[in-house]
Amino acid sequence: MSVEIRSAPHIKADSGVVKIMRNVVWSLLPICAFYIWQYGISALASLVVVTAACLAAEEFFLRLGRQSGDLGDWSATITGILLALTLPAGFPLWMGAVAGFVAIGLGKAIFGGIGHNLFNPALVGRGFVQAAFPTAIATYTPSFMPGRFSEFIPSSLALPFMTPADTTAWAASHLDGVSSATPLARWKFEGVLASNWDLLTSLSGHLAVGPSPLLILACGAYLAWRGYLDWRIPAAVLGSAALLAAALYPLNPQHFPEPGFVLFSGGLMLGAVYMATDMVTSPVTPRGMWVYGALIGALTVIIRYSGGLPEGVMYAILIGNAATPMIERVTQPPAFGTAPTKETKA
Amino acid sequence: MSESVSSLMAPPSTWEEFTEGLWKRNPVFVMVLGMCPTLAVTVTAMNSLSMGIATTFVLAASCFLVSLMRKMIPKEVRIATYIVIIATFVTVTDYAIQAISLDLYEALGAYIQLIVANCLVLGRAEAHAARTPPVEATMNAIGMGLGFTLSLVMIGGVREILGAGAFFGIPLFGEHFQPWVVMVLPPGGFFVMAGWLLLFSILRRRSQMKADAASVEAADALKTSGACHGA
Repeated sequence: MSVEIRSAPHIKADSGVVKIMRNVVWSLLPICAFYIWQYGISALASLVVVTAACLAAEEFFLRLGRQSGDLGDWSATITGILLALTLPAGFPLWMGAVAGFVAIGLGKAIFGGIGHNLFNPALVGRGFVQAAFPTAIATYTPSFMPGRFSEFIPSSLALPFMTPADTTAWAASHLDGVSSATPLARWKFEGVLASNWDLLTSLSGHLAVGPSPLLILACGAYLAWRGYLDWRIPAAVLGSAALLAAALYPLNPQHFPEPGFVLFSGGLMLGAVYMATDMVTSPVTPRGMWVYGALIGALTVIIRYSGGLPEGVMYAILIGNAATPMIERVTQPPAFGTAPTKETKA
Repeated sequence: MSESVSSLMAPPSTWEEFTEGLWKRNPVFVMVLGMCPTLAVTVTAMNSLSMGIATTFVLAASCFLVSLMRKMIPKEVRIATYIVIIATFVTVTDYAIQAISLDLYEALGAYIQLIVANCLVLGRAEAHAARTPPVEATMNAIGMGLGFTLSLVMIGGVREILGAGAFFGIPLFGEHFQPWVVMVLPPGGFFVMAGWLLLFSILRRRSQMKADAASVEAADALKTSGACHGA
């Protein structure tokens, strides 16, 4: 008789890095389809180029560092898709490739590859191009432009290292009287609010926005139902952002937008559901997830209201990532069977 | 490994003293010394070159003088003495740059005076010049200075090419170049330096692995002779 002696866990779930990552990619496909429908071939080219740059960078750094891992784990694909979704649809493709390369190189490879990164790689890439090309990354175009499936947004096709073409005149020649500014920028600089329903669906009004927050929420709900992301993080992010916005709104209704606008505008939904929940860079303790999410939500509102830029989700999540090890340390639950001592409480 | 073995066997030649700073112990990429000017003045290749030359002059002259006076300086006050020597040459450099080019002087700003606080200069004076004869000390200092200059130009070159589309002021990409704003800001210095450090450490590790594999047999052979030496 042979007895196998092993340490726990004895019952394993049929899950693993590859399976989780593949499911995240599947859940992102409807969002990508919606994004392509919004912006046409420019969005498609952006998704393809940024993802290809991420995969190429992954392969390059795996060989350079002689690290284990391969492209088949889908993690670089997720980074690429998420990164492309955070960039403007008409973002010059060469800058997108730079962002993808930096995301994998600076965000992931130098920390030791998959599972070792301190910050969300997609946001590291976006942060770099935000610092390098502040004009291009703030240049949005209206969605649902006529002819979007046959014509590129002119800034997309800028030659490498060259300044992208101006899109404001191009957009005005196609669609009269439609703003190229994002709803957040219009609120910040012009004091104009978009309707919540339009923001939530992204369907009408040629808004210069990313994919519909409603769709992102639905895809996130699927992932949460399958157990591939923890619902506590998006709930904490959105909850704390809404609470803080609701608390500030009565103080100055002229200046501060209502909570609905804060939740549905910009990248908050994508950030809360897909970026903040990155398993590597978020806390593993349940209490820590609430603290981490609340920190991100509150920081987003604070940066949006008092910062120089209209959007603050990216920096909020990066700061949240940086705080993760400390949050985990203070929210460590006591080991099973031991009484909570003074030390574990603190 | 191999380095300590060779230093046991024979003192380094003047040529080895000179080349040490260029690659094997490059001040910026290997020893990570003198970070303040490395990050602060490397916005353009020209600034980097000037800073490198100024530091090389201070380093070489100070190391020569320190080495010459190494037996006269009391151990208790040696750091203060080195600083006085270094400060003298920094002042000379400061006035010389001001006389040669006022633009350059203003571009480099306080960082010329701050050469006196550059740990590379004091470090070489304390760790090398104070225990080496003048010729070797000066050659080593010049090599270190050139290695420092080379590193600065490597960082400044990348930052100028990406940040301004030019190299030593010569435009490379034409008028439609899109500058990478981050490269002329302080984070650009960190990014570029980190990139070079990464490259250097990868190259060093690979050559180390090769050398280790090759020296296993040599080390075995040396063991017997080392034992004799000890006895």
